[in-house]
Amino acid sequence: MMPRAVNVDLQTDGTLQVDISDALSERDKVKFTVHTKSTLPSFKQNEFSVVRQHEEFIWLHDSFVENEEYAGYIIPPAPPRPDFDASREKLQKLGEGEGSMTKEEFTKMKQELEAEYLAIFKKTVAMHEVFLCRVAAHPVLRKDLNFHVFLEYNQDLSVRGKNKKEKLEDFFKNVVKSADGVLVAGVKDVDDFFEHEKTFLLEYHNRVKDASAKSDRMIRSHKSAADDINRIASTLYTLGTQDSTDVCKFFLKVSELFEKTRKIEARVAADEDLKLADLLKYYLRESQAAKDLLYRRGRALVDYENANKALDKARAKNKDVLQAETTQQICCQKFEKISESAKQELIDFKTRRVAAFRKNLVELAELELKHAKGNLQLLQSCLGVLKGDT
Amino acid sequence: MERKPPPFPDSEEQEAHSEKAEEESGDDDDDDDDDGGEDIFTGNDLFSEEGSYPGVQEPSVDNQHASNGLRSDDDEQDLFAEARVELSLDRSSTKGIREVTRSSPSAPDISYKSSTSKMSFEKPEEEESNDKFELNIAVTHPEKVGDGMNAYMVYKVSTQTTLPMFKSRAFSVRRRFSDFLGLFEKLSEKHAQNGYIVPLPPEKSVVGMTKVKVGKEDTSSTEFVEKRRAALERYLHRVVSHQNLLQDPDVREFLEKDELPRAVSTQTLSGAGFLKMINKASDAVNKMTIKMNESDNWFEEKLQEVENEEQQLRKLHAVVDALVNHRKDLCGNTAVFAKSMAMLGNSEDNTALSRALSQLAEVEDKMEQLHQEQASNDFFIFAELLADYVRLLGGVRNCFDQRIKTWQRWQDAQSTLQKKREVEAKLLWANKPDKLQQAKDEITEWEAKVTQYERDFERICATVRKEVLRFEKEKSNDFKVHIIKYLESLLVSQQRLIKYWEAFLPEAKAIS
Repeated sequence: MMPRAVNVDLQTDGTLQVDISDALSERDKVKFTVHTKSTLPSFKQNEFSVVRQHEEFIWLHDSFVENEEYAGYIIPPAPPRPDFDASREKLQKLGEGEGSMTKEEFTKMKQELEAEYLAIFKKTVAMHEVFLCRVAAHPVLRKDLNFHVFLEYNQDLSVRGKNKKEKLEDFFKNVVKSADGVLVAGVKDVDDFFEHEKTFLLEYHNRVKDASAKSDRMIRSHKSAADDINRIASTLYTLGTQDSTDVCKFFLKVSELFEKTRKIEARVAADEDLKLADLLKYYLRESQAAKDLLYRRGRALVDYENANKALDKARAKNKDVLQAETTQQICCQKFEKISESAKQELIDFKTRRVAAFRKNLVELAELELKHAKGNLQLLQSCLGVLKGDT
Repeated sequence: MERKPPPFPDSEEQEAHSEKAEEESGDDDDDDDDDGGEDIFTGNDLFSEEGSYPGVQEPSVDNQHASNGLRSDDDEQDLFAEARVELSLDRSSTKGIREVTRSSPSAPDISYKSSTSKMSFEKPEEEESNDKFELNIAVTHPEKVGDGMNAYMVYKVSTQTTLPMFKSRAFSVRRRFSDFLGLFEKLSEKHAQNGYIVPLPPEKSVVGMTKVKVGKEDTSSTEFVEKRRAALERYLHRVVSHQNLLQDPDVREFLEKDELPRAVSTQTLSGAGFLKMINKASDAVNKMTIKMNESDNWFEEKLQEVENEEQQLRKLHAVVDALVNHRKDLCGNTAVFAKSMAMLGNSEDNTALSRALSQLAEVEDKMEQLHQEQASNDFFIFAELLADYVRLLGGVRNCFDQRIKTWQRWQDAQSTLQKKREVEAKLLWANKPDKLQQAKDEITEWEAKVTQYERDFERICATVRKEVLRFEKEKSNDFKVHIIKYLESLLVSQQRLIKYWEAFLPEAKAIS
C-alpha cells in the first residue's frame, strides 16, 4: 500500500502484519484505519481493523518508554503530529487572492496546493505506519499488551491528549533528563563497545539534525523555483494568446514546455523530500531513541556503581549489609540485562540504518536521473519544434 | 531592486582573464589586422544566408557552459567571436531586420567577454545589389578611473566594419556611461519627434555605482558592472541595427571620435528619466480636448496592443526575477547542505555508507555550481531581455504620442490660419489697407505652415507604421533567439545533472 520510505529489513513474518489501510482527514484530526493480520493465538480473530488517532499512537509510544522492562531496547520513535497548518494557510491565502489572478492561474494553483496537501497526508500516514511496523517486527515489543489492545480494541481508547499540567511535567522531565544525560555521559564506560557507541551517537545525532534542517531548506527553495516556473508558464500563455502572430505561437509552445518541466521539477523536489529529507528526519528521531537507550543504560550503570559503593560502606560499618547486597544484586541484574539487549539493539540499529540509507540513496539517484532525462527529452523536443519552425 | 548575487567564483581567475585580454588585445589595430577577418568575415554561414535562420547550435557544450571561465583561451584574442547578429534586409518594402544572436550569456565569471553585433546589410538604395557591409561592435574592459565619489567606469567600445562612412576598418574608443546617455539624448532629440523608435540606454543606478566608486570589490559590484556592460552593448547593437540612426553623424562620432565633449545634461537624464517624460507626455496627450479622428483604427489598435504587451512583459519580468532569486537561494542552500552531508559522512562509521555520503556531498556541490550558472542564465538571457523590452515598449508608446502631437500641431495651425482669415475679413470690412497687407502676409505664412504640418503628419504616420513593423520584427526575432538560447542552457543543465547522478548511482549501490 503505502511504500515504506524509511524502514527496511523488518522481519515481516506471517505471524503479525500491521498496516494502515485507510486514512481520513477531518477538520483538525486524522483518523487512521489500522489493519492487522495475525496468526497469533492471543488475538480473537485473524484479521481485523480499528480506527486510531494520533494521540493514541503517542499513548502507545509513551507506554513503551515508561515501561522499565523495555529499558534495554531502542523504542521506535513516535510519529510526528500530522501538520497541515502550513498547507491550510496557503489554501486560505489562495482563496483571499482569488480576485487578483486569472481563472486559469487560480485553478492551477489550487490544484498545486491540493496536491501538496495530499502529499503531506500520505507522508503522515506512512510515518504512523512505520512506527507500527517497527513495533510489530520487534521480538519483544510485539508481545506488549498495550500494543495488542491498540490493535484490537475497537472502541476509543480514551487517551485524551496531555493536558497542560502533564505537558509541563513532561517538560521538566526532559530538562532533568538532559541534565542527567550530561552527567551520565561524563561517566567513562569500561566497555569499549558502548564507549564508542556513545561518542558516535552523540556526534551522529547532531550532524543528522543539521543535515535534516539544511535539506529542508534546500528543498523549499527548490519548490519555490518550481512555483516560479509555473507563473512564468501562465504569463507566457497570456502573452501567447494576445494575438496569433508567429511569435505568439512561439510563446504558447514555450509556455506549454514550462508547464511540463515545472511538473517534473515539483516532483523532483517531492522525491528529494521523501527520499532524503524524510530519511534524515527519521534517523534523527531514531538516533535520539538510541541515545535514550544509552542514557538508560548509563543511568543503570551509575545506579549499579552507587549500589556497589553502598555495599562496601555497609560491609565496612557492618550495618544493613543484607539490604545493601539485595539492592546491589538488583542493580547488577538490571544493568547487565540492559547492556545485553542494548548491544544487540545498537547493532541492529546500524544494520537498519545502513540498509535504509542504501535503499533511499539508490532510489533518490534513480529518480533524479529519471526526472532529468524526462526534462531533457521535453527540452529537446520543444527546441526541435521551435528551431524547425523559425 | 536589490539582488543578492551568487557566490562569486575566484576573483583571481577573473583578473587573470582580464589581464590576458588586455595583453592580447593590446593595440586594437594590430589585433584586427592579424585576424584578417579569418574568424569573423569568412567561413561563417551567417553572412551569406539571407532569409534563412541559421540553426542556433551551441557547438561544444562544455566550452560555453562549463563553470568558471572555461571560455577557451583562443577566444581571448577575438573579441568578436561569440555572438553573431545577422542583419539582413528583406526584399519587401518594410525593411525588416532579423537578428540572430548567438552570444553566450555574459555570465559573471566570464568577465569581460562580450557578445558582438555582427551585421551585414545592403545599402538602402541598392536593394538588388549583393554588397554586404559588416559592422561589429563590442563593449568590453570596464575600468575604473579615479577614486572616491568622483570615480567612474570607462568602457572600451570596439568597432570592426567595412562600411565606407567610417574612417577606418577597425578602431576603438573609451566611453563612459554618461557618454552613452548623451548619445541617447542627441538621438532622441532629433529623431523621436519624427516617429522613430529610439532605443533606450540602460538605467542609471546610484546604489550600484556608489558601491563601485567606493571601491567595494565584492560580488554585487562586479555583477553590477557586468550587467551594465552587457546592457550598454545591447544598446549599441540596437542603435546601429536601425538604419536611420546609423546614418546619424552623432552615432559615427560616438563610435569613432577619440574624445567626446562631456555630456553634462545627462546628469539627470537617463532611461528612467526619459520614461518619466514619456509618461508625462502621454498624460498630456490624454488630456487633449480634441480627440483625433482616426481614419483607420490601425494606430489605436496598435497602441492598445503595445500597452497590453508592456503590462504582460512587466509581469513576466517580475516572475523571472523571482526565479533568479529563488535559484540563488537554492544555490546557497545547496552549498550549505553539501557541507552538512560531508560532515554526516565523516561521522558515519560504516565505511561504504560513509563514502557514499561524501559522494552525495560532492554531487550536491556540483549541483550548487549548476544552480549558480542557471541563475546567471535566467538573469542575463531571460530577465534582461524582458527588462530591455519593457523599456523599449515605452519608447514605442512615445512615438505614437509624437504622432498625436504632430497632428495636434497641424490642427492648431489650421485654427490659427482660420483666425488670421477672420482678421483679414474684418480688416477688409474696416478698410485698413496698411494692416491688411500684414494680415495677408500672415495668412500666406500660416497657409505654408498648415501645408508643412500636414505633410509632417502624413510623414510621421508613415514612419510610425514602418517603425512599428520594424520593431515588431526585431522584437520577434530577439525573443525567439534569446528564448531558444535560454532553453538550450536549461538543456545543458539537465545533461550535466544526469552525468552527476549517473556517477553517484554505483556508489550508492555499493553500500553494504
